[in-house]
Amino acid sequence: MENKVERAANGKNVSLPVSRVKLIMKSSPDVSCINQDALFLTTKATELFVQHLALTSYNNGSGKQNGTLSYSDLANTAEEAEPFQFLTDILPKKILARDYLKSLEEMEEEDDN
Amino acid sequence: MAERPEDLNLPNAVITRIIKEALPDGVNVSKEARRAISQAASVFVLYATSCANSFAMKAKRKTLNAGDVMSAMEEMEFERFLPPLREALEAYKKGQKGKKEASEQKRKDKEKKNGTEENDKSREEEEDEEEHMEDEQDGENEGEEEDVEN
Repeated sequence: MENKVERAANGKNVSLPVSRVKLIMKSSPDVSCINQDALFLTTKATELFVQHLALTSYNNGSGKQNGTLSYSDLANTAEEAEPFQFLTDILPKKILARDYLKSLEEMEEEDDN
Repeated sequence: MAERPEDLNLPNAVITRIIKEALPDGVNVSKEARRAISQAASVFVLYATSCANSFAMKAKRKTLNAGDVMSAMEEMEFERFLPPLREALEAYKKGQKGKKEASEQKRKDKEKKNGTEENDKSREEEEDEEEHMEDEQDGENEGEEEDVEN
């Protein structure tokens, strides 16, 4: 018990800057006050989120053989893994312009029919 | 206030370090992937805030509290974060209390005067505080005895 208290007091609990997280939270228009515990928890949750997103994307990704994590792995996670779907707008899948134009043509053909 | 749009980004160096810690050693994370994760993290903060805020509003409170953030995590289907978050919050509270007690002790040593932040403390903390003070007094008494002996 004593050791735990000391560790918590000495070691840093979070590595992300709490002040920056607060700034982001306050940029939300309907938020007026945030207590210290809520701020700490959000900061900690963001760290867990970063780890979870990175690991999920890496494990399901294509670069596992050669040890790389690329953008497309993240975009896939956003599209496929349930809790990450709120990210689809900011992590869109990249497609070639050629493919996009083709799908656009197909859509137009369907509209004509 | 956020004056520049960059103010709403999280520091890249810290994000990179957290990613590195999560992945096996030696994994190469592309620059684009790092930027994407950083942006995702900012969006996560906003999403969590808005969820938590709706819980606070339902309860007719203006201040977001720890319970609101926990409820938000459940709502967002990040239940897996709940146990580590509970643990971290407990450690954080203990750390805060330790700091407070340490600074209070300093103050007492200086002028034997009570702090002005009494109102902020929860009842539980005050009880702990009393126990702590008793311990200290015991300690002081022992010290006095030693002095006498010497």
